[in-house]
Amino acid sequence: MKEEGKEEEILKILEENARISDKEIARMLGIEVNEVKEIISKLERAGVIRKYKAVINYEKAGIETVQALIDVKVSPERNTGYDSVAERISRFPEVKSVRLVSGEYDLSVLVSGKTMHEVAYFVAEKIAPLEQVRNTVTHFLLKTYKENGEIYEEEEKGERLAVTL
Amino acid sequence: MRTSSIADRVRQIRGSGIREFFDIAQRMEGAISLGVGEPDFVTPWSIREACIFSLEKGYTSYTSNWGLPELREPISDKIYKESGVYYEPEGEILITTGVSEAFDLALRAIINSNDEIILHEPSYVSYKPCTVFAGGAPVCVDTEVGDEFRLRAEKIEEKITEQTKAVILSYPNNPTGATMRKKDLEEIAEVVNEHDLIVISDEIYGKLTYEGKHTCFSSLNGMRERTILLNGFSKAYAMTGWRIGYAAGNKDIIEAMMKIHQYIMLCAPITAQMAAVEALRCDDEVERMVSEYNKRRRLMVEGLTEIGLSCFEPKGAFYTFPSIENTGLTSEEFAKRLLFEEKVVVIPGSIFGACGEGFIRCSYAVSQYELKEALERMGRFLEKHRIV
Repeated sequence: MKEEGKEEEILKILEENARISDKEIARMLGIEVNEVKEIISKLERAGVIRKYKAVINYEKAGIETVQALIDVKVSPERNTGYDSVAERISRFPEVKSVRLVSGEYDLSVLVSGKTMHEVAYFVAEKIAPLEQVRNTVTHFLLKTYKENGEIYEEEEKGERLAVTL
Repeated sequence: MRTSSIADRVRQIRGSGIREFFDIAQRMEGAISLGVGEPDFVTPWSIREACIFSLEKGYTSYTSNWGLPELREPISDKIYKESGVYYEPEGEILITTGVSEAFDLALRAIINSNDEIILHEPSYVSYKPCTVFAGGAPVCVDTEVGDEFRLRAEKIEEKITEQTKAVILSYPNNPTGATMRKKDLEEIAEVVNEHDLIVISDEIYGKLTYEGKHTCFSSLNGMRERTILLNGFSKAYAMTGWRIGYAAGNKDIIEAMMKIHQYIMLCAPITAQMAAVEALRCDDEVERMVSEYNKRRRLMVEGLTEIGLSCFEPKGAFYTFPSIENTGLTSEEFAKRLLFEEKVVVIPGSIFGACGEGFIRCSYAVSQYELKEALERMGRFLEKHRIV
């Protein structure tokens, strides 16, 4: 297996299950554990692997959270374009993701809070007043069907026979 | 009912006593099954979606006896692309209800009374009975773990008589996971040529080859005319329940198979054929599944070795075939005790032919979680029995 091939394989395995042991990864790929450790720490140092996190269905956990997607229209600045305003918005811990998108508006911002009021207040107080922001539209999320490649409601799966030859 | 009301050729195939054990296995609560012979993946969504769409559009009729032309054409392209052999979509490809039907048709199309059919063991359980049902005489050749369960040309030659009509080839192999090297196949091709034989090549696991590249038997020099190539959608596309297979070969044989097929089956179900058309556009999904099987394959071989079973390294399909000889149990005893004591289902090697005794078939078409749990339970079981 080529070096880049191994890196990609390891990334895919970790993306699927970040809690898997180095030993198991080594087995799956037919390479040495030490090599797995080296590749992972290299990817961590290079910032390719940003963090190890769980995909959580908070609704199922009974923990109330409110999330909203905010369409933000901004006036780009002369030297930094969209970057400086996007970075400013990114610094708020309430903001879970910030993306520059094509189309009707410029930034797509995911905001999370405990209540609708809290989220609405945050947008009105922190994002809308920013100098470069021309307009915002808030979409509260009503239900999540799929997140990070994971379908929340288990897909129905037929029973296989225990023995087939 | 008098027993004599059942035809001799059916009566002579005895229902195996192992059925009872399998019934228990099917019903046991909390069991982990490594006895499965089908993918644990559900058919990829785009394929299911295409099928639903075809139903909405009202595709519910018979198709041509040969199968939908829009399915035969991409199959022809695919075989050509993958192995360099061209089959005419008109007349050289027949869509069947699973490879099982194609296999039966192939035998019935070529067997005269008492023709001998050479097949290698351990192998899939249907080959022998189907040969008998078709009026032929199966002649078995053993393959051995020491030789990576490969079928050797000279072993075929030893069994050839005046009556020999065909050789059944089944690689990547169920139950061993063995594959053949091109050179081994070329040696077989020579023998086949010399003795004017037909080869029925069941390549249903061809896509599931993890090391080296699968060689399509008909791609070998002179073999296109002598080979009945069988393949289908069940394993690589996770479509076992759809029952879609196909046969490709020279016009005369395919025509003969078609003659039987049109009277007994008419055509494969249109809904499943429509789905298969979409499946041929899903190479990425196949690749994703193959890569997952490959990881599990390595996990399982290492895991089995770690708990003390020596395991031949399978290079295809989704089975491992470890030896259980050091336990002193027969494969059937082993499977039964393992089920009752640790609730893990494995298949005794002996049901795949006498030379499969001393082995068990463990499928890795299960989730990694189940695989690990099963290995743990088997480890515990072996701890207990190695001392006995």
